[in-house]
Amino acid sequence: MNQFSALKNTLIAFFLLLSALYALPNVFGSDLAVQISAAGDAAVVESDLDKVKTILDEQKLSYKSIELVGRRVLARFEDNKSQLSAKEVLKQKMGRNYVTALNLAPSIPSWLSSLGGKAMSLGLDLRGGVHFLLEVDMQAVANSSLDKSYNELRTLLRQERLYKSIKKEGDTLLVHFKTPAAKVSGLGLIKSELSDLLVLDVAHKDDLFVSIGISDSALAEAKSHALKQNITTLRNRVNELGVAEPIIQQQGLERIVVQLPGVQDTARAKEILGAVATLEFRLVDEKNDPQTAIQSGRAPIGSKLYYFRDGRPLLLKTRVIATGENITGAASGVDSENAAPMVNITLDSAGGRAMLDTTKRYLHHRMAVVFIENKVETVLENGKLVKNRSKTQDIINAATIQGTFSSRFQITGIDSAREARNLSLLLRAGSLSAPIEIIEERTIGPSLGADNIAQGVMSVIVGFILVLIFMALRYRVFGLVANIALTLNLVMIVAVLSLLQATLTLPGIAGIVLTVGMAVDANVLVFERIKEELGSNSNIQKAIAAGYDKAMLTIADANITTLIAALVLFSFGTGPIKGFAITLSIGIVTSMFTAIIVSRAIINKIYGGKKLEEISI
Amino acid sequence: MSLKALNIPTIDFVGKRIYAVILSTILIALSIFSLTINGLKLGIDFTGGTLIEVGYQHSADLSEVRTTLAESGFNGANVQYFGSTNEILIRLEPQTISSAKLSTKIIRLLGDDVDIRRVEFVGPKVGEELTNDGGLAMLYALIGILIYVAFRFEYRFALGSISALIHDVIITLGFFSLFEFEFDLTVLAAILAVIGYSLNDTIVVFDRIRENFLSTRHVDPAKIINGALNQTLSRTIMTSLTTLLVLLALFFLGGEIIHGFAMALLIGVLIGTYSSVYVASSVILAMGITKEDMLPSEKEKQEIDTRP
Repeated sequence: MNQFSALKNTLIAFFLLLSALYALPNVFGSDLAVQISAAGDAAVVESDLDKVKTILDEQKLSYKSIELVGRRVLARFEDNKSQLSAKEVLKQKMGRNYVTALNLAPSIPSWLSSLGGKAMSLGLDLRGGVHFLLEVDMQAVANSSLDKSYNELRTLLRQERLYKSIKKEGDTLLVHFKTPAAKVSGLGLIKSELSDLLVLDVAHKDDLFVSIGISDSALAEAKSHALKQNITTLRNRVNELGVAEPIIQQQGLERIVVQLPGVQDTARAKEILGAVATLEFRLVDEKNDPQTAIQSGRAPIGSKLYYFRDGRPLLLKTRVIATGENITGAASGVDSENAAPMVNITLDSAGGRAMLDTTKRYLHHRMAVVFIENKVETVLENGKLVKNRSKTQDIINAATIQGTFSSRFQITGIDSAREARNLSLLLRAGSLSAPIEIIEERTIGPSLGADNIAQGVMSVIVGFILVLIFMALRYRVFGLVANIALTLNLVMIVAVLSLLQATLTLPGIAGIVLTVGMAVDANVLVFERIKEELGSNSNIQKAIAAGYDKAMLTIADANITTLIAALVLFSFGTGPIKGFAITLSIGIVTSMFTAIIVSRAIINKIYGGKKLEEISI
Repeated sequence: MSLKALNIPTIDFVGKRIYAVILSTILIALSIFSLTINGLKLGIDFTGGTLIEVGYQHSADLSEVRTTLAESGFNGANVQYFGSTNEILIRLEPQTISSAKLSTKIIRLLGDDVDIRRVEFVGPKVGEELTNDGGLAMLYALIGILIYVAFRFEYRFALGSISALIHDVIITLGFFSLFEFEFDLTVLAAILAVIGYSLNDTIVVFDRIRENFLSTRHVDPAKIINGALNQTLSRTIMTSLTTLLVLLALFFLGGEIIHGFAMALLIGVLIGTYSSVYVASSVILAMGITKEDMLPSEKEKQEIDTRP
């Protein structure tokens, strides 16, 4: 009695060995590394690997190893100093088609990683980093699609001269047709040509006013497009910042999660991610005086009033020569003559042509660079949340055109080198299609991350040892068996976390600690039951078997209810709560295996099939 | 241990349940009173706002930091030590302008020699959502458990366990309200874990009550319930102790961030242990559970018949 079949024992041993194997990668530390990956979707290849090697050798930077891992080149270093200098050198020499970032690479032996062994992935609260939740301003998207429709509608109806006026009214367009006949043919045209538009009311036949809205599907399309485009832009910006393993994900219909592990300069990250900045190049209106425009309150036709950042007014022509959309390259630098910060701009062919035409025609005129930034902020007004939108348009520079130029030129007049860097980065990465707002930020500095790991691990170890001592004192041999089961349970939790690559967070560690305390419950239930059975049953073997059997259902019931709570936590929780729910759920499941099956197998090995007078429980 | 030495305690839990009723009533009344008057000291996860934790090389001067912040217009900033005097925590209530940029401004004010350990900004809208989601999570957990227990046992057991859970949650919340401990997301997670834990305890007792109803000829529910409580007592105590041990480790060693979490669990486990002995069983007794209610369905009956 109380013996498992050889097959069952082998299976149990197999599972445990497997767990040990996949928990093993966590034992090895990690190396300081620099990772080089391709910007965009391309992957790095062998030749890139050689390039990195050559660069490092040229600079006499010693490295531990360089290898091609997945889609990136990983160079490992002995110390922080060589890691940092290697990053700088590589960033410079590899050029803009590559993303160079600092990283921590687990130093797992190759045989283990070839078996799929991975270390647990640590959450931001353990490794340090930034978490942002960004919300796209969908009202702005709706407004701009209304603008687009307004233009389309006007162009369409103008061809046939059908309307008197078109006005924007809230979210709709109000068209005033010339005649009833014009209205009929106009509505026909709209139906056939502009499928995104929806005629909202045609109440009276003789009424010449019709209001027209954008169809829900077209609006939804525009919103999802804006979200996707913003994600792409954010990804470009993050690549420019050089972050290893960033996460940029859509959340719901209008939000984007950005997680940047290991980023230290969070202020810069915030500036870069949230900025909706672009440039416009316009000619200066030299014929009119800005002061008159200010006094009369209206700018002359064909011109618009702008201000420099220091408040000086200037009239600029409304026609735009080129915008940020035309910029294909931008690099910050320093003007060799007066050491002022500047940005070198490269335009695309359309922008280049327009610039060439303008500079030819308007030689010795002035041209201005306008910096445009859209901002959105949620403000609490009288207890209600209101979105404040603002648009700043500053002239950063107005200089005389000294010679003709086309696609390559410089702009100066920038306040600081930092601003020049940021501006060039933003121009390179492309602009956001709709303003975004940071609605949640969680930053953990590297020092706190390290503390969290140390404290988390410490509390697991101490809690674990206390439970071990307690169980051994109370249940003697059976207690020791429970302790082995508990240890194996920890190993299994680590193995499952590593295999699933679920993110381990500080609350996740708390979940493990709690599991350690609760996992012995199954064994306590069994052992107490065995004790009881020993009181009423003279056969020790039968008592052991009955103890396990009768406790079984209770254990299952008790654990399933805890699992329900954990699953609810998982589905409702965000970040920290999810981490806790994951380890708690995994812990419950693995503890059922170790506390019931593994402990039974060991007990069977010790006591099974023997004639017993006494057991140590 | 030798075979004969085993003795099950015979404490009259059921007979003394009137004291438990009084104690629970007082605790719940106190909790509800405090929750209505004081409310919970909600953390920025729920209220929205900004929180910055910075470390200094040396002991930080709180009044100096307060002055610096006040001079720049951050009058509502709450500045306090966090863990040690080398670390400070700055809190900003959601102001009229609540944006991620506030923290950047403050960090600039503090100068370069500080170590930024943590920055949290929660926009007012997100805070509102987290509050709603948190409430819903608790509700769904309770409903899910209610259904499972009703399905596995009987509706009176389900009501008994839910009463115990609500009892535990209210008292734990009351504790946080009364002592003005901060209630943040991790504390909410802890309370949901308490629901799981307390239920675990209750189920073990219920299982035994059901088993005893079926296996003995006693018909007095009070005696049967009392017997089950005594039989499971040593297990209840053992499991609570091991759990409390690890929670104490977490409370003292886990660091400041996990403090509220560990505290909520410590209180919850204590209350949960008490409630699974006194509250849940008192409820099913009060609702008049009898042996007839336990009569198994056909399938289960066969199972029992084959027992030795």
